[in-house]
Amino acid sequence: MNKLELIQEALPYLLEGTWITVQLTFWSLLIGIVVGLPVAFAQVYGNKLVQGIVAVYERLARSIPLLVMLLLLNYGLPMLGFRIPVFRAAVVGIGLRSAAYQSQIYRGAIQSVGGSQMKAALSLGMSKMRAFFHIIAPQAIRIAIPPVANESAIVLKDTSLAFTIGVVELLRQGEYFIATSNEPMVIYLTIAAIYFILTTIVNGGLSLFEKKYQIPGIGIEGGHSDAY
Amino acid sequence: MPTKHLLKIENLHHSFGEEEVLKGISFSLDKGETKVIVGPSGTGKSTILNNIIRLVPPKKGKIYLEDTEITASKKINKIRQQIGFVFQDFGLFNHLTAKGNIMIGLTKVKKMNKKEAEELAFFELDRVGLKEYADSYPSQLSGGQKQRVGIARALAMQPKLILFDEPTSSLDPELTGEVLKVMRNLAEDGMTMLVVTHEMGFARSVADELIFMEAGNIVEQGDPEKLFTEPEHQRTREFLFQLTDLYGAGEN
Repeated sequence: MNKLELIQEALPYLLEGTWITVQLTFWSLLIGIVVGLPVAFAQVYGNKLVQGIVAVYERLARSIPLLVMLLLLNYGLPMLGFRIPVFRAAVVGIGLRSAAYQSQIYRGAIQSVGGSQMKAALSLGMSKMRAFFHIIAPQAIRIAIPPVANESAIVLKDTSLAFTIGVVELLRQGEYFIATSNEPMVIYLTIAAIYFILTTIVNGGLSLFEKKYQIPGIGIEGGHSDAY
Repeated sequence: MPTKHLLKIENLHHSFGEEEVLKGISFSLDKGETKVIVGPSGTGKSTILNNIIRLVPPKKGKIYLEDTEITASKKINKIRQQIGFVFQDFGLFNHLTAKGNIMIGLTKVKKMNKKEAEELAFFELDRVGLKEYADSYPSQLSGGQKQRVGIARALAMQPKLILFDEPTSSLDPELTGEVLKVMRNLAEDGMTMLVVTHEMGFARSVADELIFMEAGNIVEQGDPEKLFTEPEHQRTREFLFQLTDLYGAGEN
């Protein structure tokens, strides 16, 4: 069997795994947003107690290696009487870690808009809530897009760690195929190419979005400020 | 106590931690008046303005807007709509054009329809000489232009008075003139203004009354000409002449 035929034969299995990888990425990122945003709000607008609590979470989530976290969720939790399916365990582990990183992105974005614009909005008679939605959020979102694209690509690649706890995603499918064909080089390269295409799509999509909504003076590219 | 003044401040105190920055400030402002507060840095001048619209809540004392006490009023958002504020660092919304900066308060706070708000925005931009910059974003404007948009934004809300917090302090000297000119026109048009500034030329020629503050107290207040030529306190003379030397007597 030549290499091309091998790839051809492997591809349906790899694509099946790719679909799982995409789902893992989607749900993990979603958890990242759903948990990361409130954590960011808590850090920016919360009181000392709330800030303390989220700081501990963030510290933990950023300090424990993802692989260790996944092993804890899959092999540790059942000892305490909780058994969750591997796919969910993977999503929770990857998602909670991403939430910690995403919260940093959102916090930075919100804070970079600056207190003087908030004060100006309040001075017009806007409530804090309105000021957040009309003034802070539209700018913070634009500022957050490039780092979120980066984080998305990281999450996508890190879903490959889920193979260690038995999720049959892209890498696991590849492993199966290598076991029968004994062609690790070709299969791993094909897998690498698939990851490459996926990350390119994620980054490309977000940068299109970024360009479409770009405003002079906001974000890194728009940062032309004349020497006034 | 109800008053017939537009704005009245009674025995205002403020402190940041242990440091007392306002030690009992009282003065009033009538409709159509321009009063200028001057004094060394850190004497609490800006704190007074921030206390009035409660961006910094006052610690003690009373503030009246017309005959209503507003010191701790629950309707703070309504009060803020009636008092314009111009910031030292402009406070423009960077994601909105000059026009958008003016319209957002009108549409989101005053619930004006978009077309009316746009017309008013053009009118106010014209008034500060920036009609052709309606579609420019803040990053595309000079400091002086940004501050004029800031003034137009305050004006569009049709406030009863406008507070200016060192409106030219973050501008290069050659750009202060265009902002001061707009402010002078407003004063002449009868706008009620309370201005914190170091621009002695402006203070001397535009203010109806000059308030000289130091270390949290009002040292002297009165007709600017009198304060410049024959002040009652030696300290007033020293300060005013020192600033005039620094910034010049004219208006650039």
